[in-house]
Amino acid sequence: MSDVIDTLVGIAPGSKLDAIRAQRSEARKHAQASYTSLFEPRDIAGVTAEERHAIAAFVAGLHGEPKTDAFYAAKLPAALRAAIAAEVAAAKSKGPYGRFPKGPLSAEDAPGPTWKVSAAGRKALGARLPAAFEHTHMLVFHPRDAAAPALQALLDAGWSTTDIVTVSQLVAFLSYQIRVVSGLSTLASTL
Amino acid sequence: MTEKTLTPPPHTEPVAFTRDMLDWLPWIEPMAEQDMTERHLTSLVDASRVKSPYFRLLARDPDVLEARTRTDKDIFYNPEAGLPRAERELAAAATSRLNGCIYCASVHARFAATYSKRPDDVQRLLDEGVGAKLDERWDAIVAASVALTALPITFGPPHIERLRKVGLDDAAIADLIGAASFFNWANRLMLSLGEPATQG
Repeated sequence: MSDVIDTLVGIAPGSKLDAIRAQRSEARKHAQASYTSLFEPRDIAGVTAEERHAIAAFVAGLHGEPKTDAFYAAKLPAALRAAIAAEVAAAKSKGPYGRFPKGPLSAEDAPGPTWKVSAAGRKALGARLPAAFEHTHMLVFHPRDAAAPALQALLDAGWSTTDIVTVSQLVAFLSYQIRVVSGLSTLASTL
Repeated sequence: MTEKTLTPPPHTEPVAFTRDMLDWLPWIEPMAEQDMTERHLTSLVDASRVKSPYFRLLARDPDVLEARTRTDKDIFYNPEAGLPRAERELAAAATSRLNGCIYCASVHARFAATYSKRPDDVQRLLDEGVGAKLDERWDAIVAASVALTALPITFGPPHIERLRKVGLDDAAIADLIGAASFFNWANRLMLSLGEPATQG
């Protein structure tokens, strides 16, 4: 498939940005390989394709970058897409917030809410996704509040240790991809 | 049976940003070295990383780890054109400072200090945070990293204009976008899968 970042930014072959991205050809190739390994993996293993796309659409919705948001939302069936859009509307926040370890940095603490999926969302998302969405919200908006009990909540919801690695990579990779798309789109608008 | 998170051994938690070497202790079980197949080992890219619990944990999804690592290496180590290495590291340190990743900030503040030979300025970024006044060029790089890291993302044409004014060309600006964006990936893994510990 074509390069997702190029597609979303609208980088045409032979353009100035195409030449700039070509100077980092390994990063370009492996950002795309990261996408492929997460969304079209050789071994789908513990996290289903629909779960991967649902989490991705939630992350993209929370970031609100219009092009990535539309891209990931389009991969979902309509009912799930609507359920996720409702959760995004309730979950959207400003970041990064959170507490630091107790000590000199406590003066910089910016405490904020731990978000929970709505009752309607719980019904629509099924058994495992609500816990993954709640974890995702923390990773997106207040990652420094992370602690071991957040991972225990995922294990208790039926995600294995390996699933947690995949889900964490998914959210973290999108945090990268969305910023690259946003940043390069801004750069393109000034060229 | 439901799996359980790990309880890290007794250790001292760093409570401030530092350029000291830190350890990292996982909250869920990394792969055991003897269970790793050829595919898992290849995904580490650097064979020495088999000693790192962080990389042995990420090796549970080897294709993603390998792609992540090769993306990382090109953004930071490729010497061709673009932003000088010191300032790619500065963007990584500033992003980590804002997100609150004490471990990531320690590694990349060390690199930024080494490559720039400006340890005092790097230390001020760690001590005072992303509002520290360093110099015009570094302040523009830190501000752009902050704008890319914040949610909603506030990075816009004024940031690009400011970067151009302090001497960054388009390739250097693209490198800065790559470095700050990549640390939004790295910080989230480091912060959420385990915790830092002081050494010794």
